[in-house]
Amino acid sequence: MSVLVYIQTQEGKATKAGLEVASFAKNMNVGDVTALVPGTLSGDGGLGSVGVSKVLHFSEGVTDNSQLSKLTQAAAQSVDASTIVFSGNNDGNSIAPRVAIAMNVGYVSGVTCLPEGKTFTRNVFSGKATAAVNVMSDVCVISITPNSYGIKSDAGEASVETFSADIGAQRVVLNGFTPTSNDGSVPLPEAERVVSAGRGLKGPENWGIVEDLARALGATTACSRPVGDMGWRPHHEHVGQTGLTIRPDLYIACGISGAIQHLAGVNQSKVIVVINTDPEAPFFKAADYGIVGDVFEVLPKLTEAIKEL
Amino acid sequence: MKLLVCISKAPDTTSRIAFTDGDKRFDESGVQFIVNPYDEWYALVRAIELVEAQGGSVTTITVGDATCDPIIRKALAIGASDAVRIDANPTDSSQVARLISNYANDKSYDIIFAGKETINHNSSAVPAMIAECMDLPYVALATSIDVDGDLSTLNCESTGGTNNVSVKGSFVLSATKGMAEQRIPNMRGIMSARTKPLTVVEASGVTATTEVSKFTLPPAKGDCVMVDADNAAELVRLLREEAKII
Repeated sequence: MSVLVYIQTQEGKATKAGLEVASFAKNMNVGDVTALVPGTLSGDGGLGSVGVSKVLHFSEGVTDNSQLSKLTQAAAQSVDASTIVFSGNNDGNSIAPRVAIAMNVGYVSGVTCLPEGKTFTRNVFSGKATAAVNVMSDVCVISITPNSYGIKSDAGEASVETFSADIGAQRVVLNGFTPTSNDGSVPLPEAERVVSAGRGLKGPENWGIVEDLARALGATTACSRPVGDMGWRPHHEHVGQTGLTIRPDLYIACGISGAIQHLAGVNQSKVIVVINTDPEAPFFKAADYGIVGDVFEVLPKLTEAIKEL
Repeated sequence: MKLLVCISKAPDTTSRIAFTDGDKRFDESGVQFIVNPYDEWYALVRAIELVEAQGGSVTTITVGDATCDPIIRKALAIGASDAVRIDANPTDSSQVARLISNYANDKSYDIIFAGKETINHNSSAVPAMIAECMDLPYVALATSIDVDGDLSTLNCESTGGTNNVSVKGSFVLSATKGMAEQRIPNMRGIMSARTKPLTVVEASGVTATTEVSKFTLPPAKGDCVMVDADNAAELVRLLREEAKII
């Protein structure tokens, strides 16, 4: 029995999401953890330090999910994997279901905690309920909700082997990539702290106080749907029912009333802070901490208080 | 062009979530159903726009029982040409994907559209699975698509940015915000939807590979701790010492 984890790297090192899935795989305690790394890798990519014993390195950069699916299947076969683990990010979600179908095995996406046997827990109904899902096949493919498990260190070093496989032809051609931000902040789905703002900010020119607070906290900025729709903020910042679903440790909502559609995207946050002038705002019912007050006064004070830590 | 759009039934956002049958099944009693928003707002509307501009047909496909018919009529009212319903009560994504693939396999669709996920199952699995079943390329999380002959060019969300990709020939895509704007069906659409063809197809024997053993509602949230607006430092203290989060 062994576990195969699919790992993405950035400048040769496993990404945060990658280290998280490796930690998860190690702590499932069902056998040795082998990491499949396509693309660039330096050393063991930091994977030994989270319990990976062996790294299979496929040196070509591949972007087509049908090729990455074939690569994963070949790696799973070579180590006789009983569980194949992906991060539930955009890339993992496009490869993992293909692997499950090709191998004719069960797939559970968005797993949030360690399984009991082959029963996995995942969020359903946009975070309003959880489901325990049994996998009926011998082998299972799973994806882990980013930031739901965390990174657990486990001293050690992984051996690195070059891996090759027939991955078929590339059919989806990548013409270019445009980064959404260049301020170095963590992408929203992986962010541990998020400062989000809504119509209460009154206009895009007022976002400085939101960004100041985010910078002080080392947080990523987000916004509500109306703000995205009005073009005050880019669409990729929109969290909620029809935008991103996130699960940060800390979610600070500034001037957002907390419509049910917005809550669906953020209700899995560990701690929710709501700042709103309206004491009747529905968001307070879903919050852990609340301040009834004007964001234009409260945010600068909050930023100062955090800087003093 | 010949387009297929996967449409799923989902409970309206404001529905009360409850379970029945030993917490193994969603309790549908009194629940208002809608077209899954990602399927409707983004996938379906963009497919209709493409056909309006370039000619062709938009067929919707749904796996489910007759309770899906109202949401299928809504899709027809928005502008789909015809609809197919595979008569089954699937229990996992692979079953849905295999049933749709079995139907679509010999029909030569140019592009198969789906929303990026349903708001009840949240798996983001069905479109990728259809692509694998039919050995087609798959473009996930598309925010725009332009079609020129057999070449499609798309923007799609990727970790930390946007990818611009192109693909030749048939493929599957999942659509997300940016693809199109929501369309409200007009009276003419609603009237014509009544007579548009809705074909019901028997399900071929496809078994599930996973099953839900139990649904659980989250524990009730405790009361919100209110902090005075003039005392931001107190909030910081609570976050540090009580919540231990900063």
